[in-house]
Amino acid sequence: MADTIEKVSIVLSKGSFEGAYPALIMANGARAEGIEANLFFTFFGLDVVHKARWEHIKVATVGNPGLHLATLAGGLPGVSSVMTHYLERKMDRLDFPPIPEFIEMIADTGAGLYGCKASVDLFELTREDLVDQVKDIITVGEFYELAAGGQIIFT
Amino acid sequence: MPTATYAGRDVVVTEDGFFADPEQWTEEMAPELARAEGIDALTEDHWRVVKFMRREYEEKGAGPTVRVLGKTSGVPIKQLYLLFPKGPAKVAAKIAGIPKPHGCI
Repeated sequence: MADTIEKVSIVLSKGSFEGAYPALIMANGARAEGIEANLFFTFFGLDVVHKARWEHIKVATVGNPGLHLATLAGGLPGVSSVMTHYLERKMDRLDFPPIPEFIEMIADTGAGLYGCKASVDLFELTREDLVDQVKDIITVGEFYELAAGGQIIFT
Repeated sequence: MPTATYAGRDVVVTEDGFFADPEQWTEEMAPELARAEGIDALTEDHWRVVKFMRREYEEKGAGPTVRVLGKTSGVPIKQLYLLFPKGPAKVAAKIAGIPKPHGCI
């Protein structure tokens, strides 16, 4: 048997639609392979587990050359919402869960979801602002303890 | 391709241990396959998932991913991972003698 990965700890630092999904897919995919997985939400990535915001994660339509949209057009009111709805519809057809359902699913797989203490302090949030699937708010040191012996992926 | 022996019969398996020919699988082989995956005894709930995988494969030509399994098998995702800690879709597919499910979600 070739080398295997036993554990991954994934840092999610972006609060955009395209910033969130890859990390969520990687965490969920790790569990599906029987790999232990942790997700650490830091900086704007906290929005993905923020009760008032996790249903409203949007595609960045400005500063996102991959969309092939003129920067001025991307900045018009509503463009980000329209683009997000468009992608959500496409993803629904491929059976990608919406972000809240995906977070619930990943927690159900037994992955550990954690908020970053420095970011929680910075944005003046409390435990109550974050969804129940978040196990704890931890320091960077505690994150490294959790990640010890495994791979760390930063997104 | 390598061969393995389950329930006293030789079967052809892939490099990662999945049945190359699902037709070679019989229910008698499942307990032995499960033990190789660290599951000492197949409970009724294990069987429910294994038989569901088998049925899906026979109907659709592919086994379901964990998400589909959670939505359609009647066994919630949390319980699926308790039954098959090493990955529900992957391990149940192996025990059911079908190819590894192909999908990212």
